[in-house]
Amino acid sequence: MSEASRRRPSRRASTTQLAGLSLAQRRREARVALAFVAPAAIGFIVFYLVPSLRALWFSFTNQNLVGSGRFVGGRNYAKLVADPLFWNSLVVTVEYVAINIGVQTVLAIAVAVLLQRLTRSVVIRGLVLLPYLVANVVVALVWFWMLDYSTGFVNVLLEAVGVDKVAFFGNEVTAIPTIALINVWRYLGYTSLLIFAGLQTIPKDYYEAAAIDGASEWRMFTSVTMPLLRPVLALVLVITVVGSFQIFDTVAVTTKGGPVNATRVIYYYIYQQAFERFDLGYASALAAVLVVLLSALAYLQLKLMRSNSSDLA
Amino acid sequence: MGWAEEATSRPRRRGPNWGRVAGWTVLSLILLITLFPFYWMLRTALSTNNAMYLDPSNPLPVQFSWGGFRRVFGLASPAEAAAEGGTTGSIHFWLYLRNSVIVSTTITIGQVLFSAMAAYAFARLRWRGRDVVFFIFLTALTIPPIFVQLPNFILIRDLGLLNSLAGIILPSFFMTPFAIFFMRQFFLGISREVEEAAMLDGAGHVRTFFGIIVPMSVSPILTLSVLTYITSWGDYFWPLLVGRADNARVLTVALGIFQSQTPQTGPDWAGLMAGTIVSAVPVLLIFLLFGRRLVDNLGYSGVK
Repeated sequence: MSEASRRRPSRRASTTQLAGLSLAQRRREARVALAFVAPAAIGFIVFYLVPSLRALWFSFTNQNLVGSGRFVGGRNYAKLVADPLFWNSLVVTVEYVAINIGVQTVLAIAVAVLLQRLTRSVVIRGLVLLPYLVANVVVALVWFWMLDYSTGFVNVLLEAVGVDKVAFFGNEVTAIPTIALINVWRYLGYTSLLIFAGLQTIPKDYYEAAAIDGASEWRMFTSVTMPLLRPVLALVLVITVVGSFQIFDTVAVTTKGGPVNATRVIYYYIYQQAFERFDLGYASALAAVLVVLLSALAYLQLKLMRSNSSDLA
Repeated sequence: MGWAEEATSRPRRRGPNWGRVAGWTVLSLILLITLFPFYWMLRTALSTNNAMYLDPSNPLPVQFSWGGFRRVFGLASPAEAAAEGGTTGSIHFWLYLRNSVIVSTTITIGQVLFSAMAAYAFARLRWRGRDVVFFIFLTALTIPPIFVQLPNFILIRDLGLLNSLAGIILPSFFMTPFAIFFMRQFFLGISREVEEAAMLDGAGHVRTFFGIIVPMSVSPILTLSVLTYITSWGDYFWPLLVGRADNARVLTVALGIFQSQTPQTGPDWAGLMAGTIVSAVPVLLIFLLFGRRLVDNLGYSGVK
């Protein structure tokens, strides 16, 4: 981000340099640009723009899966406000995101700093990234098996050291934390490498100066690394939080929303409304609320993190 | 990079490297937790399902058997499967593997090509409305996919493409906002002089892009391709909506169905883990080939 803004002056300079281009050349350039953007633009219009408007329209109709819907005004939204299962799904999702992002971010910063301090090995960085390569469904299945109550490896281990077995997925209290930690396992390496890339942009002089002043490792971390990492961290947090709200695969494969409603996250609830109850209108209204929520959250996060950041400039 | 070297040698001045020892201990622990489940997949897949229940703590395959893999590829007779305590239903992982390969390969080629072209137009060509159009594309980044996937399902249904590979491929074939953003970040960093030299030699914009810019951008293009492949290979939600039928089933959907069909008491874990390995291996191979680039370039995805 910061690099892009630093590059801008040189771009402007060369634009003025080329300002003497003939009209014909400019036209040709615009035509090429149109041809280059066209396929992506078609994809964008057909599969993003029009569907967005259509989803918004659906949310004011009683659209179902087979026929076409009739305008019903704000009925879906009124229903949503009064729907305890919707509020439950919000609470459950927020709980998931809080655990998932909280644990993941702290661990990812730790891993990124460790990687930077201890080794330059690409192999180790590659190994850390391995869980990210396998599908969510695979990750869910592997941990569903490892955490199985009767013969899963973790419970066998717990029993061996004399601790009571835990019904990780079958207990209302442990189900969401379990799913949140499974996804920490999958995304930890990916997040660490993003933060690691951010660490590379901190000039070494800052550390040298701090070392000359006799600063300890911890002091360098709190006074140099964290303040300078803040813009990168803000971006990483926006990306991971938005992604975290979209938790679906793990729930769909393991608990299917249960026990009772303990893991009925918002994405899964929308899916059920659309494809099990066939109520596309209501599902669209729920999704629209999610859009507003996530946009507001992303905006707020960037604003908060930027307000007291001490960027390199 | 040079700094990393200095940093790693610095603590040596302060006597024993307890900090480094502690650091390596933590990192090793994290690596262990990261890698162990992969081993357990393999150990389970190579066990005989029935026998495994009686010896759950054995770190090695219990009664070594290829039965899990044979069931997954439909090679085991029902009698053989039943004897091992495996699922007796018919599963065709060759078909699902083929489907996944077709879907991910097609999506990757289309998405990377078209996104790179668009990104070049956004980064380097001058045309009216460029920045506005780019901004509109970017707003799609914060929209949760499910919002557009509900109407897209209706669209694919109306096109008669439900339960076809084309239906799975189409929405991701032309672009994603992320791919355009990623490539644009890279193109912005290429020196203008490269293009100006090419133009002076009489090359048009199209030839400059395909003849000079693309060869210069092999590294980020490969990185994006691997990321796109991983993402589409692992995608579950969309194929679940439009590709449940056997002929259009991809591996993730197949695994989900396999899991829901295996008995609740005494599931066929050996078969399931064999299935997860089959679905993980192709991506791991790609990573083995191009992983270095991915690991080095991941930062472009917004951070650098």
